[in-house]
Amino acid sequence: MSRDRVNPLDYSRKTWMRLCMGFTFVFLYFPIVSLIAFSFNDSKRNITWQGFTLYYYEKAFANAQLHEAFLNSLIIAATSTTVSTILGAMLGLSLYRFRFPAQGPYEGMVHLPIVIPEICMAVAMVAFFATVNMPLGLATITVSHIAFSIPFVAVVIRARMAGFDHALEEASYDLGASQWQTFWNITFPYMKPGLLAGALLAFTLSLDDFVITFFTSGPGSTTFPIKIYSMVRFSVTPEVNAASTVLIVLTLALTMVALFVQSRSQGNQHG
Amino acid sequence: MVDNNTIISIRDVVKRFGSTVVAVNDVSLEIKQGEFFALLGPSGCGKTTLLRMLAGFESPTEGQILIDGEHMEGVEPNKRPVNMVFQSYAVFPHMTVHQNVAYGLKVTGTPKSEIDDRVRESLSLVQLEAMAARKPDQLSGGQRQRVALARALVKKPKVLLLDEPLSALDAKLREQMQIELVHLQKSVGITFVIVTHDQNEALSMADRIAVMEQGDVLQVAPPSELYEYPNCRFVADFIGKMNLFDGTVAGIKDGKVLIRVDEFADQLSNLVLPHNEHAKGEVGIAVRPEKIRLDENEPEDQQVRLKVKVTEVVYYGDESHLFLESTGGARFAANLKNEARDTHAEIVSGKELWVSWRPEDTLVLSS
Repeated sequence: MSRDRVNPLDYSRKTWMRLCMGFTFVFLYFPIVSLIAFSFNDSKRNITWQGFTLYYYEKAFANAQLHEAFLNSLIIAATSTTVSTILGAMLGLSLYRFRFPAQGPYEGMVHLPIVIPEICMAVAMVAFFATVNMPLGLATITVSHIAFSIPFVAVVIRARMAGFDHALEEASYDLGASQWQTFWNITFPYMKPGLLAGALLAFTLSLDDFVITFFTSGPGSTTFPIKIYSMVRFSVTPEVNAASTVLIVLTLALTMVALFVQSRSQGNQHG
Repeated sequence: MVDNNTIISIRDVVKRFGSTVVAVNDVSLEIKQGEFFALLGPSGCGKTTLLRMLAGFESPTEGQILIDGEHMEGVEPNKRPVNMVFQSYAVFPHMTVHQNVAYGLKVTGTPKSEIDDRVRESLSLVQLEAMAARKPDQLSGGQRQRVALARALVKKPKVLLLDEPLSALDAKLREQMQIELVHLQKSVGITFVIVTHDQNEALSMADRIAVMEQGDVLQVAPPSELYEYPNCRFVADFIGKMNLFDGTVAGIKDGKVLIRVDEFADQLSNLVLPHNEHAKGEVGIAVRPEKIRLDENEPEDQQVRLKVKVTEVVYYGDESHLFLESTGGARFAANLKNEARDTHAEIVSGKELWVSWRPEDTLVLSS
């Protein structure tokens, strides 16, 4: 009995490739796994493992300030997701649909917030709010989040629409539907997975944003990441780990729901 | 004047994109009620643009389009009495076959009871009743095309526009669909306007064909007339295969035209052809490959005959296509029917043959 020969393209069966993959996984996930593990650590200083407890989860859940921060984060994320998904979708759609003068430069400008450093955007935002005399608080954070989420949604929608057969819209129009009917009956169903992906992206971007939020927040508008940061500055207790773990679980659950919905609707879409 | 029989009237239509690109150049066409009309031409000749102007997706830069006597200027595609079958079929992927066909009725507010009846009727027309509940991704290419047809026909349009409807199908299915489309058109009695670049498709299906090139309509005629009496070099060359030569009218004698072709000159001083009004000055001389007779010995009874050498043989099973060259440098294509099992074996490159054809099968084209 001889061993199966390894085909030239069977990379997953090559030892060095497996080692690389294993190393990558460890590198990516070890910090997260240890974070979760130490959230159950029965030790105030959280440096060595002392034993299993759920005490810090109870403590985190009972922490009113943490509650408030989490609620703030949710309000901001929900609002900015809704607004930026609608605006971003419209932007992505018009970039796909229309040809207009200076479209290239315009498209570049639209995508700029994705590449410019967050710190620059944060400073710009603060400067802007100062000029228009807008007091820093939940509203300014939300506006900033909308601003940096729009391009991400637009890019996702644009990419989704690249595979769209324009003849579908023409066919609908030809069959007697108005432009409005055509959009809701034909274009929108096709956009849906992109909308969902874009919204999810906007939501997670908003939920865990630190730099821009830090600059644009005011008194009483502490968000979850900022609250955790201030807790860490005192000491890294298992309570911080517990709060972070909750956030991780929440994000994972949301992502899984989104992927599930997307895969189902994609199964229906593809011809 | 619009006579009662005309369903589409295209008058002096020009379509320019930007200031330089002329897609359709001063085209006038009348399409009759109940006709199967084909717009035929190579890609980029303006045929699709013309069709899209009929559907309302493009508007003419100049000229007018009338459908059933009504001016179509400013009439949106959703208000026109025409429907289109798209090249990609454009079947709505997220709807079932039934929903696809019902769509055009639903959006215009047709009563529900009527919709069901008409959808069923339309689906039976294309033999898809059994597939009504399926989604497009569960259908074959041919079936999707039928959905597109049923979806357009259910609207009872005055004209059905078809944009290269068969180009995405494989050869066998295409031939079957050609026949079905013709039957369908005759049974529903709706005028069909089809755009195609495939001359066989146009010849086999259409009642009349308009040949277009670079925005111009060169000839409008029934298929047999187009094939046997093309009015210019482009049509002669584009439709079917053609042996083309340059000639000069040498004179007229006893009501016959004498034409000198340089490549024939060493064997045949003049072609003597029946009278032809185009025969003036420089002319094009054309003869179809299947009109050419092949002989091993000199055909004394034929007036137009040339000695040639076989340069190449392409074997197709039922036929072999021969490429031949005369001593004067005239190149011919001719067809050899493989009537006996060993016919093709006797014809090999380098073999000497005689080609001949009847003078009346010769086309004289004005240059």
